[in-house]
Amino acid sequence: MSKDNQILEDLNSKEYEHGWSVDFETDEAPLGLNEDIIRWISTKKEEPTWLLEWRLKAFKIWQSMTEPEWANVHYPKMDLQALRYYSAPKQSKKPKNINEVDPELIAIYERLGISLNEQKRLQGIAIDVVLDSVSVATTFKETLGKLGIIFCSFSEAVKEHPELIQKYLGSVVPMTDNYYAALNSAVFSDGSFCYIPKGVRCPMELSTYFRINAANTGQFERTLIVADDSSYVSYLEGCTAPQRDENQLHAAVVEIYAGTHAEVKYSTVQNWFPGDKDGKGGIYNFVTKRGICAGDHSKISWTQVETGSAVTWKYPSCILKGDHSIGEFYSVAVTNNYQQADTGTKMIHIGKNTKSRIVSKGISAGKSQNSYRGQVQVMKRAHNARNFSQCDSLLMGNQCGAHTFPYLDIANPTAKVEHEATTSKIGEDQIFYCNQRGIATEDAVALIVNGYAKEVLNQLPMEFAVEAQKLLALTLEGSVG
Amino acid sequence: MLSIKNLHASIEGTPILRGINLEVKAGEVHAIMGPNGSGKSTLASVLAGREEYEVTKGEVIFQGKELLELSPEDRAREGVFLAFQYPIEIPGVSTTNFLRTALNQVREYRGLEPLDAVKFLSLMKEKMALVEIDQKLLSRSLNEGFSGGEKKRNEIFQMAMLEPTLSILDETDSGLDIDALRIVSNGVNKLKSEKTATIVVTHYQRLLDYIVPDFVHVLYKGRIVKSGTKELALELEEKGYDWIKEEVDSTATV
Repeated sequence: MSKDNQILEDLNSKEYEHGWSVDFETDEAPLGLNEDIIRWISTKKEEPTWLLEWRLKAFKIWQSMTEPEWANVHYPKMDLQALRYYSAPKQSKKPKNINEVDPELIAIYERLGISLNEQKRLQGIAIDVVLDSVSVATTFKETLGKLGIIFCSFSEAVKEHPELIQKYLGSVVPMTDNYYAALNSAVFSDGSFCYIPKGVRCPMELSTYFRINAANTGQFERTLIVADDSSYVSYLEGCTAPQRDENQLHAAVVEIYAGTHAEVKYSTVQNWFPGDKDGKGGIYNFVTKRGICAGDHSKISWTQVETGSAVTWKYPSCILKGDHSIGEFYSVAVTNNYQQADTGTKMIHIGKNTKSRIVSKGISAGKSQNSYRGQVQVMKRAHNARNFSQCDSLLMGNQCGAHTFPYLDIANPTAKVEHEATTSKIGEDQIFYCNQRGIATEDAVALIVNGYAKEVLNQLPMEFAVEAQKLLALTLEGSVG
Repeated sequence: MLSIKNLHASIEGTPILRGINLEVKAGEVHAIMGPNGSGKSTLASVLAGREEYEVTKGEVIFQGKELLELSPEDRAREGVFLAFQYPIEIPGVSTTNFLRTALNQVREYRGLEPLDAVKFLSLMKEKMALVEIDQKLLSRSLNEGFSGGEKKRNEIFQMAMLEPTLSILDETDSGLDIDALRIVSNGVNKLKSEKTATIVVTHYQRLLDYIVPDFVHVLYKGRIVKSGTKELALELEEKGYDWIKEEVDSTATV
């Protein structure tokens, strides 16, 4: 009893360390959302007519849709007319390479611990950095170019590789898919594009770092990854935002295409501003991520570590169309204070002998609500489909909630679907056991939580795994008395 | 080394310890025996700093320091080790990782540099041989799916790694077969030195055949009602606890 009270009293999460913002000159669209704004964005980006038309079509569709309310999250609706849909740092001319990027912008990323200096990056991660609405820099372009790999901002891809964009844009997440996907299709401003040619194994991690800086601005980026037959790529995504009192909207779309024998690994460490400890401010993270295993023997693997955002609504999914294709989803979602997360996956088995694996680890602390929502669908022709799902929830304190909503939809009798779920609490006896060996309570919590999430963290590339471990500990700091 | 004076403790308002007095010197082994519910495990928990127990009276001096003023982790860092009766499972955390965190926090407290991976592993090797524990066990999740014997052996291994000044073994013999009991006891005996002390909490005399105590104390209704040497343990084995209970209960009414 007294322990519970103490937990409550101690509930002061450490301040969000990426909460600062920088003033610099920006190019901004007027506030509000209408056809003119969409034309404004498209003109600003010097887009071809087909893309403008695509946007306008999406906008029409979006206008006929309503905001989804089925998720287990509650928040004041955002006035979408009060937002700005484009904000970009003013750069006198478009930088040709990283050396021409405004040093002020480079400094922002240095402060976030991301070096854009290629020489400094021994680990060999190529990175595309997106600030508010535009991509400001992409590293290692030449190195990758020699292998035929295209890695650039979305806007650049529209200009340089229109045939690829026209072929794949909206092919995995159609504009009609959902409210936020339609909105994104209408107003998306930038993002990353990556194409791995046939038979090429991408020699370095590709990475996009998203940063929201401007106030009252929504970030709507689009990522498109195309892995041609027998290729391989590992892709990382990171994100942060300044600490602001009002909520900000992030509605991204990620599409992945995997050809025959291709493999794509997509990892996210999501650390958007979660709001303060009283639940004020924070990012609304309404994201649609989907990959299609189009070819036989292809594989798509999602790994996500979700620690930030006030409200998260996100279901990275796999369409297993090719025979023998494999979909994986590994997730750690941490919520503290007043954060709400409704996240999970969809595995759609269409091809024969397709396999999927879902490992979801939810951690709730404070007064947060953490839901796993997942769907496993086995179509009629998907003979011998296999699925294994494991959904674990860990609770800290007695004011948070953990929920699991698994949906199974099986239309083929040869399918084998397994679902396991557990709910546990960080025990006082676990903490005491650690204390008795000389480990302080904060470190004990970090140790226990990282142990709990290990199966997922192990999926991350080494450098990210270390960062993710620290982030988990930081998010939960002060949540146990 | 350890001086317990008139220690009273209760849980949720119910008194469990009602005036414990005990002096433990370096180099000594003390056995605490007694019937179920006499407060043996409570004493072990209170010394280690478990929060559910409220100390209502008395003091405990450990190497010149007020033990009860220290947090559980600081007690551990000062050299108090409790081998748990029911070791706790921590999924996803290997014994190796757990001990590395623990050892380095203890070292930091004592103003020592953390051990690097190489030194840590060589220390592990040395101690593994001492308590006859398999490396495979140490890379598994701590206590998860361990047999009773494996858990207890792991406790003694942790004790070996942390090199405590005062070791408290809480019913370490429970759930052990005769071979495991021998191995665990051998480990404890090898770790004994003139500078360290051991408190063995046990219900049965069996363990004391292996870990020979210098003193035996009988705990009943929260007090030490009889103290003696190892012969006392043998007498208890033979006659049970009833004669002591009767003896105490007949005088306690005064």
